[in-house]
Amino acid sequence: MSTLYRYAILSLCVLALASLPACKTMDTLSEVGAGVAVATGVATPQQGESIKKAGSAVGKTFEAITPEQEYYIGRTVGAVVLNQYKPLNNEAANNYLNVLGQTLAQFSDKPETFGGYHFLIMETEDVNAFSAPGGLIFISRGMIRCCQNEDALAAVLAHEIGHVELQHGLQAISKSRMTSALTILATESAKSLGGQELAQLTEAFEGSITDITSTMMNNGYSRGFERQADRAAVTILQRSGYDPNGLTTMLTQMKKQLSHGDGRKPGGHDFAKTHPSPDSRIEDIVKWVGPVKPVVSPVVRQARFQAAAGKI
Amino acid sequence: MIQIKQIAAAVMVTAIAVVMASAVMTASGATMSVQVKDAPVRATPSFVGKVMGALAYGDQVEIQQTQGAWSKIAGAGVSGWMHTSALSSKKIVLAAGQEQAKVAASGDELALAGKGFNSDVEAQFKSAHKDIDFTWINRMEKIKIPSSEMQVFLKDGDVTPKEGGAK
Repeated sequence: MSTLYRYAILSLCVLALASLPACKTMDTLSEVGAGVAVATGVATPQQGESIKKAGSAVGKTFEAITPEQEYYIGRTVGAVVLNQYKPLNNEAANNYLNVLGQTLAQFSDKPETFGGYHFLIMETEDVNAFSAPGGLIFISRGMIRCCQNEDALAAVLAHEIGHVELQHGLQAISKSRMTSALTILATESAKSLGGQELAQLTEAFEGSITDITSTMMNNGYSRGFERQADRAAVTILQRSGYDPNGLTTMLTQMKKQLSHGDGRKPGGHDFAKTHPSPDSRIEDIVKWVGPVKPVVSPVVRQARFQAAAGKI
Repeated sequence: MIQIKQIAAAVMVTAIAVVMASAVMTASGATMSVQVKDAPVRATPSFVGKVMGALAYGDQVEIQQTQGAWSKIAGAGVSGWMHTSALSSKKIVLAAGQEQAKVAASGDELALAGKGFNSDVEAQFKSAHKDIDFTWINRMEKIKIPSSEMQVFLKDGDVTPKEGGAK
Protein backbone atom coordinates (compact mmCIF):
# COMPACT_ATOMS: atom_id res chain seq x y z
CA MET A 1 0.00 0.00 0.00
CA SER A 2 2.65 2.50 1.01
CA THR A 3 4.71 1.45 -2.04
CA LEU A 4 1.76 2.26 -4.26
CA TYR A 5 1.39 5.65 -2.66
CA ARG A 6 5.03 6.27 -3.33
CA TYR A 7 4.47 5.37 -6.99
CA ALA A 8 1.59 7.81 -7.19
CA ILE A 9 3.60 10.61 -5.56
CA LEU A 10 6.60 9.88 -7.76
CA SER A 11 4.40 10.01 -10.86
CA LEU A 12 2.97 13.34 -9.79
CA CYS A 13 6.49 14.63 -9.27
CA VAL A 14 7.39 13.60 -12.82
CA LEU A 15 4.32 15.52 -14.03
CA ALA A 16 5.29 18.58 -12.04
CA LEU A 17 8.87 18.47 -13.34
CA ALA A 18 7.69 18.14 -16.93
CA SER A 19 5.82 21.43 -16.69
CA LEU A 20 8.37 23.34 -14.61
CA PRO A 21 9.75 26.31 -16.53
CA ALA A 22 13.51 26.63 -16.38
CA CYS A 23 15.45 29.64 -15.06
CA LYS A 24 12.33 31.37 -13.85
CA THR A 25 13.90 33.05 -10.83
CA MET A 26 16.19 35.28 -12.87
CA ASP A 27 13.36 36.30 -15.21
CA THR A 28 11.10 37.19 -12.31
CA LEU A 29 13.78 39.25 -10.60
CA SER A 30 14.51 41.31 -13.67
CA GLU A 31 10.78 41.74 -14.36
CA VAL A 32 10.41 43.26 -10.90
CA GLY A 33 13.46 45.48 -11.39
CA ALA A 34 12.33 46.61 -14.82
CA GLY A 35 8.82 47.24 -13.54
CA VAL A 36 10.11 49.45 -10.75
CA ALA A 37 12.39 51.35 -13.13
CA VAL A 38 9.50 52.02 -15.53
CA ALA A 39 7.05 52.95 -12.77
CA THR A 40 9.48 55.41 -11.20
CA GLY A 41 10.29 56.96 -14.56
CA VAL A 42 13.92 55.80 -14.51
CA ALA A 43 13.40 53.81 -17.72
CA THR A 44 11.00 54.10 -20.67
CA PRO A 45 8.72 51.07 -21.20
CA GLN A 46 10.94 50.04 -24.09
CA GLN A 47 14.09 50.22 -22.00
CA GLY A 48 12.21 48.31 -19.35
CA GLU A 49 11.70 45.48 -21.84
CA SER A 50 15.41 45.54 -22.55
CA ILE A 51 16.33 45.34 -18.89
CA LYS A 52 14.13 42.26 -18.54
CA LYS A 53 15.89 40.67 -21.47
CA ALA A 54 19.26 41.66 -20.03
CA GLY A 55 18.41 39.93 -16.77
CA SER A 56 17.53 36.65 -18.42
CA ALA A 57 20.57 36.85 -20.72
CA VAL A 58 22.91 37.35 -17.77
CA GLY A 59 21.35 34.32 -16.11
CA LYS A 60 22.53 32.19 -19.01
CA THR A 61 26.20 33.29 -19.01
CA PHE A 62 28.36 32.26 -21.96
CA GLU A 63 25.55 30.27 -23.56
CA ALA A 64 23.84 33.57 -24.41
CA ILE A 65 26.67 34.39 -26.84
CA THR A 66 25.25 33.68 -30.31
CA PRO A 67 27.30 31.71 -32.87
CA GLU A 68 27.71 34.97 -34.83
CA GLN A 69 29.18 36.78 -31.79
CA GLU A 70 31.36 33.75 -31.03
CA TYR A 71 32.65 34.03 -34.60
CA TYR A 72 33.70 37.66 -34.12
CA ILE A 73 35.39 36.83 -30.80
CA GLY A 74 37.23 33.97 -32.53
CA ARG A 75 38.48 36.13 -35.40
CA THR A 76 40.12 38.58 -33.02
CA VAL A 77 41.50 35.82 -30.76
CA GLY A 78 43.06 34.31 -33.91
CA ALA A 79 44.54 37.66 -34.97
CA VAL A 80 46.10 38.04 -31.49
CA VAL A 81 47.60 34.53 -31.74
CA LEU A 82 49.09 35.45 -35.12
CA ASN A 83 50.48 38.67 -33.65
CA GLN A 84 52.67 36.44 -31.51
CA TYR A 85 53.29 33.57 -33.93
CA LYS A 86 54.05 34.14 -37.60
CA PRO A 87 51.96 32.06 -40.04
CA LEU A 88 53.81 29.53 -42.18
CA ASN A 89 53.36 30.67 -45.77
CA ASN A 90 53.23 27.19 -47.31
CA GLU A 91 50.09 26.75 -49.36
CA ALA A 92 50.44 23.00 -49.95
CA ALA A 93 51.00 22.20 -46.25
CA ASN A 94 48.20 24.49 -45.09
CA ASN A 95 45.85 23.02 -47.66
CA TYR A 96 46.64 19.46 -46.51
CA LEU A 97 46.00 20.56 -42.90
CA ASN A 98 42.63 22.00 -43.91
CA VAL A 99 41.54 18.92 -45.86
CA LEU A 100 42.39 16.74 -42.85
CA GLY A 101 41.03 19.16 -40.23
CA GLN A 102 37.80 20.13 -41.97
CA THR A 103 37.10 16.46 -42.67
CA LEU A 104 37.60 15.58 -38.98
CA ALA A 105 35.33 18.46 -37.90
CA GLN A 106 32.49 16.81 -39.84
CA PHE A 107 32.65 13.95 -37.34
CA SER A 108 32.46 16.14 -34.23
CA ASP A 109 29.28 16.85 -32.30
CA LYS A 110 29.38 20.34 -33.78
CA PRO A 111 30.23 20.02 -37.47
CA GLU A 112 28.62 23.37 -38.26
CA THR A 113 29.85 26.63 -36.73
CA PHE A 114 29.04 30.16 -37.91
CA GLY A 115 32.15 30.58 -40.05
CA GLY A 116 33.29 26.96 -40.22
CA TYR A 117 36.59 25.30 -39.21
CA HIS A 118 39.84 26.62 -40.70
CA PHE A 119 43.43 25.60 -39.95
CA LEU A 120 46.82 27.30 -40.20
CA ILE A 121 50.43 26.33 -39.42
CA MET A 122 52.47 28.69 -37.19
CA GLU A 123 56.12 29.06 -38.10
CA THR A 124 57.70 28.21 -34.76
CA GLU A 125 59.58 25.31 -33.23
CA ASP A 126 57.50 25.65 -30.05
CA VAL A 127 55.28 22.64 -29.52
CA ASN A 128 51.91 24.35 -29.50
CA ALA A 129 48.35 24.36 -30.80
CA PHE A 130 45.53 26.84 -30.21
CA SER A 131 41.87 26.97 -31.09
CA ALA A 132 39.92 30.21 -31.21
CA PRO A 133 36.16 30.14 -30.52
CA GLY A 134 34.13 29.27 -33.60
CA GLY A 135 36.76 27.08 -35.24
CA LEU A 136 39.97 28.91 -36.21
CA ILE A 137 42.72 26.43 -35.30
CA PHE A 138 46.48 27.08 -35.22
CA ILE A 139 49.17 24.42 -34.98
CA SER A 140 52.91 24.99 -34.74
CA ARG A 141 55.54 23.48 -36.98
CA GLY A 142 57.12 22.07 -33.81
CA MET A 143 53.87 20.28 -33.00
CA ILE A 144 53.60 18.82 -36.52
CA ARG A 145 57.16 17.52 -36.12
CA CYS A 146 55.99 15.63 -33.02
CA CYS A 147 53.55 13.70 -35.24
CA GLN A 148 54.94 10.61 -36.91
CA ASN A 149 51.89 9.80 -38.98
CA GLU A 150 48.57 11.20 -40.20
CA ASP A 151 46.69 9.53 -37.34
CA ALA A 152 48.81 11.44 -34.80
CA LEU A 153 48.28 14.74 -36.62
CA ALA A 154 44.57 13.94 -36.84
CA ALA A 155 44.59 13.44 -33.05
CA VAL A 156 46.11 16.89 -32.43
CA LEU A 157 43.54 18.56 -34.70
CA ALA A 158 40.68 16.53 -33.18
CA HIS A 159 41.75 17.68 -29.67
CA GLU A 160 41.58 21.32 -30.80
CA ILE A 161 38.21 20.71 -32.52
CA GLY A 162 37.10 19.34 -29.13
CA HIS A 163 37.94 22.66 -27.43
CA VAL A 164 35.89 24.49 -30.09
CA GLU A 165 32.94 22.10 -29.88
CA LEU A 166 32.86 22.39 -26.06
CA GLN A 167 33.28 26.20 -26.17
CA HIS A 168 36.19 26.15 -23.73
CA GLY A 169 37.47 29.49 -25.07
CA LEU A 170 34.23 31.31 -24.27
CA GLN A 171 34.25 29.79 -20.79
CA ALA A 172 37.61 31.44 -20.11
CA ILE A 173 35.91 34.85 -20.16
CA SER A 174 35.64 36.04 -16.56
CA LYS A 175 32.17 35.97 -15.01
CA SER A 176 32.09 39.70 -14.27
CA ARG A 177 33.20 40.55 -17.80
CA MET A 178 30.53 38.24 -19.22
CA THR A 179 27.89 39.85 -17.03
CA SER A 180 28.72 43.39 -18.13
CA ALA A 181 29.07 42.36 -21.79
CA LEU A 182 25.76 40.52 -21.80
CA THR A 183 24.00 43.39 -20.11
CA ILE A 184 25.04 45.75 -22.91
CA LEU A 185 24.46 43.06 -25.55
CA ALA A 186 20.94 42.45 -24.37
CA THR A 187 19.97 46.08 -24.03
CA GLU A 188 19.29 47.12 -27.59
CA SER A 189 19.85 46.17 -31.20
CA ALA A 190 23.26 46.97 -32.70
CA LYS A 191 21.67 49.60 -34.88
CA SER A 192 20.63 51.71 -31.93
CA LEU A 193 23.93 51.50 -30.04
CA GLY A 194 25.18 54.98 -29.30
CA GLY A 195 28.86 55.95 -29.28
CA GLN A 196 29.19 55.37 -25.56
CA GLU A 197 27.50 51.96 -25.70
CA LEU A 198 29.70 50.93 -28.61
CA ALA A 199 32.74 52.03 -26.59
CA GLN A 200 31.57 50.00 -23.58
CA LEU A 201 30.87 47.01 -25.78
CA THR A 202 34.32 47.28 -27.37
CA GLU A 203 35.87 47.45 -23.91
CA ALA A 204 34.02 44.26 -22.88
CA PHE A 205 35.10 42.70 -26.20
CA GLU A 206 38.78 43.58 -25.63
CA GLY A 207 38.59 42.21 -22.10
CA SER A 208 37.04 38.97 -23.34
CA ILE A 209 39.81 38.56 -25.92
CA THR A 210 42.46 39.08 -23.22
CA ASP A 211 40.77 36.54 -20.92
CA ILE A 212 40.73 33.93 -23.69
CA THR A 213 44.23 34.49 -25.09
CA SER A 214 45.90 34.64 -21.68
CA THR A 215 44.18 31.40 -20.64
CA MET A 216 45.03 29.68 -23.91
CA MET A 217 48.59 30.93 -24.33
CA ASN A 218 49.84 31.46 -20.77
CA ASN A 219 47.86 29.66 -18.09
CA GLY A 220 46.23 26.78 -19.94
CA TYR A 221 42.76 25.33 -19.51
CA SER A 222 41.82 23.27 -16.47
CA ARG A 223 42.75 19.58 -16.27
CA GLY A 224 39.03 18.86 -16.67
CA PHE A 225 38.74 20.81 -19.93
CA GLU A 226 41.83 19.07 -21.34
CA ARG A 227 40.36 15.69 -20.44
CA GLN A 228 37.08 16.64 -22.14
CA ALA A 229 38.95 17.72 -25.29
CA ASP A 230 40.88 14.42 -25.31
CA ARG A 231 37.60 12.52 -24.92
CA ALA A 232 36.07 14.48 -27.82
CA ALA A 233 39.20 13.79 -29.88
CA VAL A 234 38.90 10.03 -29.29
CA THR A 235 35.24 10.16 -30.39
CA ILE A 236 36.08 12.12 -33.56
CA LEU A 237 38.94 9.72 -34.42
CA GLN A 238 36.77 6.65 -33.89
CA ARG A 239 33.86 8.01 -35.94
CA SER A 240 36.09 9.14 -38.81
CA GLY A 241 38.05 5.90 -38.99
CA TYR A 242 41.43 7.10 -37.67
CA ASP A 243 43.23 5.16 -34.98
CA PRO A 244 42.64 6.77 -31.53
CA ASN A 245 46.14 5.54 -30.68
CA GLY A 246 47.25 8.48 -32.82
CA LEU A 247 46.70 10.54 -29.68
CA THR A 248 48.84 8.32 -27.44
CA THR A 249 51.54 8.09 -30.15
CA MET A 250 51.69 11.88 -30.33
CA LEU A 251 51.76 12.24 -26.54
CA THR A 252 54.57 9.68 -26.20
CA GLN A 253 56.61 11.49 -28.83
CA MET A 254 55.92 14.83 -27.18
CA LYS A 255 57.08 13.47 -23.85
CA LYS A 256 60.39 12.43 -25.45
CA GLN A 257 60.76 15.78 -27.17
CA LEU A 258 60.00 17.73 -24.00
CA SER A 259 62.46 15.74 -21.90
CA HIS A 260 65.22 16.34 -24.46
CA GLY A 261 64.58 20.08 -24.67
CA ASP A 262 67.09 22.25 -22.88
CA GLY A 263 64.35 24.24 -21.20
CA ARG A 264 66.13 27.50 -21.89
CA LYS A 265 64.85 27.91 -25.41
CA PRO A 266 62.30 30.76 -25.27
CA GLY A 267 58.81 29.33 -25.20
CA GLY A 268 60.22 25.87 -25.67
CA HIS A 269 58.10 24.48 -22.91
CA ASP A 270 54.90 26.40 -23.58
CA PHE A 271 52.83 23.34 -24.29
CA ALA A 272 54.12 21.58 -21.19
CA LYS A 273 53.19 24.65 -19.17
CA THR A 274 49.64 24.87 -20.52
CA HIS A 275 48.82 21.16 -20.69
CA PRO A 276 48.72 18.29 -18.20
CA SER A 277 51.65 15.87 -18.39
CA PRO A 278 51.54 13.47 -21.36
CA ASP A 279 51.61 10.53 -18.92
CA SER A 280 48.46 11.56 -17.10
CA ARG A 281 46.67 12.13 -20.40
CA ILE A 282 47.74 8.72 -21.73
CA GLU A 283 46.43 7.16 -18.52
CA ASP A 284 42.96 8.56 -19.25
CA ILE A 285 43.00 7.61 -22.92
CA VAL A 286 43.87 4.01 -22.06
CA LYS A 287 40.70 3.88 -19.94
CA TRP A 288 38.65 4.80 -23.03
CA VAL A 289 40.34 2.86 -25.83
CA GLY A 290 42.32 0.10 -24.12
CA PRO A 291 46.09 -0.46 -23.88
CA VAL A 292 48.40 1.69 -26.01
CA LYS A 293 49.14 0.10 -29.37
CA PRO A 294 51.41 1.49 -32.07
CA VAL A 295 49.60 3.03 -35.04
CA VAL A 296 49.89 1.04 -38.23
CA SER A 297 49.26 3.52 -41.01
CA PRO A 298 48.49 2.16 -44.50
CA VAL A 299 51.29 2.86 -47.00
CA VAL A 300 49.22 5.32 -49.05
CA ARG A 301 48.31 7.33 -45.97
CA GLN A 302 51.88 7.45 -44.71
CA ALA A 303 53.16 8.48 -48.14
CA ARG A 304 50.84 11.47 -48.43
CA PHE A 305 51.57 12.50 -44.84
CA GLN A 306 55.31 12.47 -45.54
CA ALA A 307 54.83 14.39 -48.77
CA ALA A 308 52.71 17.12 -47.16
CA ALA A 309 54.06 17.43 -43.63
CA GLY A 310 57.41 15.64 -43.70
CA LYS A 311 59.41 18.56 -45.06
CA ILE A 312 57.90 21.60 -43.36
CA MET B 1 -6.11 -1.64 -3.20
CA ILE B 2 -6.73 -2.37 -6.90
CA GLN B 3 -8.20 1.11 -7.29
CA ILE B 4 -5.08 2.76 -5.91
CA LYS B 5 -2.96 0.61 -8.19
CA GLN B 6 -5.04 1.71 -11.19
CA ILE B 7 -4.82 5.38 -10.21
CA ALA B 8 -1.06 5.11 -9.79
CA ALA B 9 -0.71 3.41 -13.16
CA ALA B 10 -2.93 6.02 -14.84
CA VAL B 11 -0.93 8.90 -13.34
CA MET B 12 2.30 7.22 -14.42
CA VAL B 13 1.04 6.74 -18.00
CA THR B 14 -0.12 10.37 -18.15
CA ALA B 15 3.25 11.57 -16.86
CA ILE B 16 5.12 9.57 -19.47
CA ALA B 17 2.74 10.79 -22.19
CA VAL B 18 3.30 14.43 -21.20
CA VAL B 19 7.08 14.00 -21.22
CA MET B 20 6.98 12.24 -24.59
CA ALA B 21 4.60 14.76 -26.12
CA SER B 22 6.87 17.66 -25.22
CA ALA B 23 9.84 15.84 -26.74
CA VAL B 24 7.95 15.17 -29.98
CA MET B 25 6.73 18.75 -30.18
CA THR B 26 10.28 20.10 -30.29
CA ALA B 27 11.36 17.35 -32.65
CA SER B 28 9.00 17.84 -35.56
CA GLY B 29 6.68 20.45 -36.95
CA ALA B 30 8.80 23.16 -35.36
CA THR B 31 10.23 26.07 -37.29
CA MET B 32 13.96 26.66 -36.87
CA SER B 33 16.47 29.15 -38.28
CA VAL B 34 19.87 28.58 -39.84
CA GLN B 35 22.36 30.02 -37.32
CA VAL B 36 25.56 29.70 -39.39
CA LYS B 37 26.77 31.63 -42.48
CA ASP B 38 25.94 28.75 -44.79
CA ALA B 39 25.13 25.10 -44.24
CA PRO B 40 24.72 22.14 -46.59
CA VAL B 41 21.43 20.29 -47.01
CA ARG B 42 21.99 16.59 -47.69
CA ALA B 43 20.01 13.77 -49.29
CA THR B 44 20.56 11.44 -46.31
CA PRO B 45 21.14 12.07 -42.57
CA SER B 46 24.87 11.60 -42.89
CA PHE B 47 28.07 13.46 -43.63
CA VAL B 48 28.47 11.23 -46.68
CA GLY B 49 24.99 12.18 -47.94
CA LYS B 50 24.89 13.96 -51.28
CA VAL B 51 24.68 17.77 -50.95
CA MET B 52 21.33 18.93 -52.38
CA GLY B 53 21.87 22.63 -51.74
CA ALA B 54 22.84 25.08 -49.06
CA LEU B 55 20.94 27.43 -46.79
CA ALA B 56 22.10 30.81 -45.49
CA TYR B 57 22.10 32.59 -42.12
CA GLY B 58 18.57 33.44 -41.03
CA ASP B 59 16.80 31.10 -43.48
CA GLN B 60 13.80 29.46 -41.85
CA VAL B 61 13.03 25.79 -42.17
CA GLU B 62 10.33 23.45 -40.98
CA ILE B 63 11.48 20.35 -39.13
CA GLN B 64 9.75 17.28 -40.52
CA GLN B 65 11.65 14.53 -38.77
CA THR B 66 14.74 14.04 -36.61
CA GLN B 67 17.23 11.22 -36.48
CA GLY B 68 19.99 11.54 -33.90
CA ALA B 69 21.62 14.92 -34.44
CA TRP B 70 20.15 15.24 -37.94
CA SER B 71 16.92 17.01 -38.88
CA LYS B 72 14.90 16.54 -42.04
CA ILE B 73 13.98 20.04 -43.10
CA ALA B 74 12.00 21.86 -45.78
CA GLY B 75 12.23 25.54 -46.49
CA ALA B 76 13.76 28.26 -48.66
CA GLY B 77 13.21 26.06 -51.73
CA VAL B 78 15.25 23.10 -50.49
CA SER B 79 14.44 19.95 -48.60
CA GLY B 80 16.74 17.37 -47.09
CA TRP B 81 18.81 16.69 -43.99
CA MET B 82 20.77 19.21 -41.95
CA HIS B 83 22.96 18.71 -38.90
CA THR B 84 21.24 20.21 -35.86
CA SER B 85 24.33 22.27 -34.97
CA ALA B 86 23.45 24.52 -37.92
CA LEU B 87 19.97 25.27 -36.53
CA SER B 88 18.53 27.45 -33.78
CA SER B 89 15.05 27.33 -32.32
CA LYS B 90 15.12 31.14 -32.20
CA LYS B 91 13.84 33.16 -35.14
CA ILE B 92 16.82 35.06 -36.48
CA VAL B 93 16.02 38.55 -37.74
CA LEU B 94 18.62 39.85 -40.16
CA ALA B 95 17.76 43.55 -40.42
CA ALA B 96 16.72 44.55 -36.95
CA GLY B 97 14.92 47.83 -36.41
CA GLN B 98 13.71 49.45 -33.19
CA GLU B 99 10.37 47.64 -33.22
CA GLN B 100 11.96 44.22 -33.64
CA ALA B 101 14.44 45.05 -30.89
CA LYS B 102 11.48 45.69 -28.63
CA VAL B 103 9.91 42.33 -29.50
CA ALA B 104 13.26 40.57 -29.10
CA ALA B 105 13.68 42.16 -25.71
CA SER B 106 10.48 40.56 -24.45
CA GLY B 107 11.35 36.94 -24.99
CA ASP B 108 13.82 34.25 -25.87
CA GLU B 109 12.26 33.31 -29.22
CA LEU B 110 13.95 35.99 -31.31
CA ALA B 111 17.62 36.67 -32.03
CA LEU B 112 18.86 39.72 -33.85
CA ALA B 113 21.60 39.16 -36.38
CA GLY B 114 24.49 41.58 -36.27
CA LYS B 115 23.85 42.43 -32.65
CA GLY B 116 26.51 42.86 -29.99
CA PHE B 117 30.00 41.66 -30.88
CA ASN B 118 29.90 42.40 -34.61
CA SER B 119 31.87 43.95 -37.45
CA ASP B 120 31.44 47.43 -35.88
CA VAL B 121 33.06 46.23 -32.65
CA GLU B 122 35.81 44.49 -34.64
CA ALA B 123 36.43 47.75 -36.53
CA GLN B 124 36.66 49.66 -33.23
CA PHE B 125 39.10 47.06 -31.91
CA LYS B 126 41.21 47.31 -35.08
CA SER B 127 41.44 51.10 -34.89
CA ALA B 128 42.66 50.84 -31.29
CA HIS B 129 45.15 48.01 -32.06
CA LYS B 130 46.73 48.78 -35.40
CA ASP B 131 49.47 46.20 -34.77
CA ILE B 132 46.96 43.33 -34.85
CA ASP B 133 46.70 42.16 -38.44
CA PHE B 134 43.63 40.29 -39.75
CA THR B 135 45.05 39.52 -43.23
CA TRP B 136 45.77 35.85 -42.46
CA ILE B 137 42.48 35.40 -40.61
CA ASN B 138 40.64 36.50 -43.77
CA ARG B 139 42.87 34.26 -45.86
CA MET B 140 42.21 31.26 -43.58
CA GLU B 141 38.45 31.72 -43.81
CA LYS B 142 38.59 31.43 -47.58
CA ILE B 143 39.93 27.86 -47.39
CA LYS B 144 36.79 25.76 -47.70
CA ILE B 145 37.17 22.11 -48.62
CA PRO B 146 34.21 20.77 -50.65
CA SER B 147 32.45 17.73 -49.25
CA SER B 148 33.33 15.71 -52.36
CA GLU B 149 37.06 16.37 -51.81
CA MET B 150 36.77 15.16 -48.20
CA GLN B 151 35.25 11.87 -49.36
CA VAL B 152 38.05 11.36 -51.86
CA PHE B 153 40.64 12.21 -49.17
CA LEU B 154 39.22 9.56 -46.81
CA LYS B 155 39.02 6.96 -49.55
CA ASP B 156 42.51 7.64 -50.91
CA GLY B 157 43.99 7.42 -47.42
CA ASP B 158 42.19 4.15 -46.72
CA VAL B 159 40.24 5.77 -43.88
CA THR B 160 36.86 4.13 -43.32
CA PRO B 161 34.35 6.19 -41.31
CA LYS B 162 31.81 4.52 -39.11
CA GLU B 163 28.30 4.48 -40.57
CA GLY B 164 26.64 7.88 -40.58
CA GLY B 165 29.58 10.08 -39.70
CA ALA B 166 28.70 12.90 -37.31
CA LYS B 167 26.15 11.89 -34.72
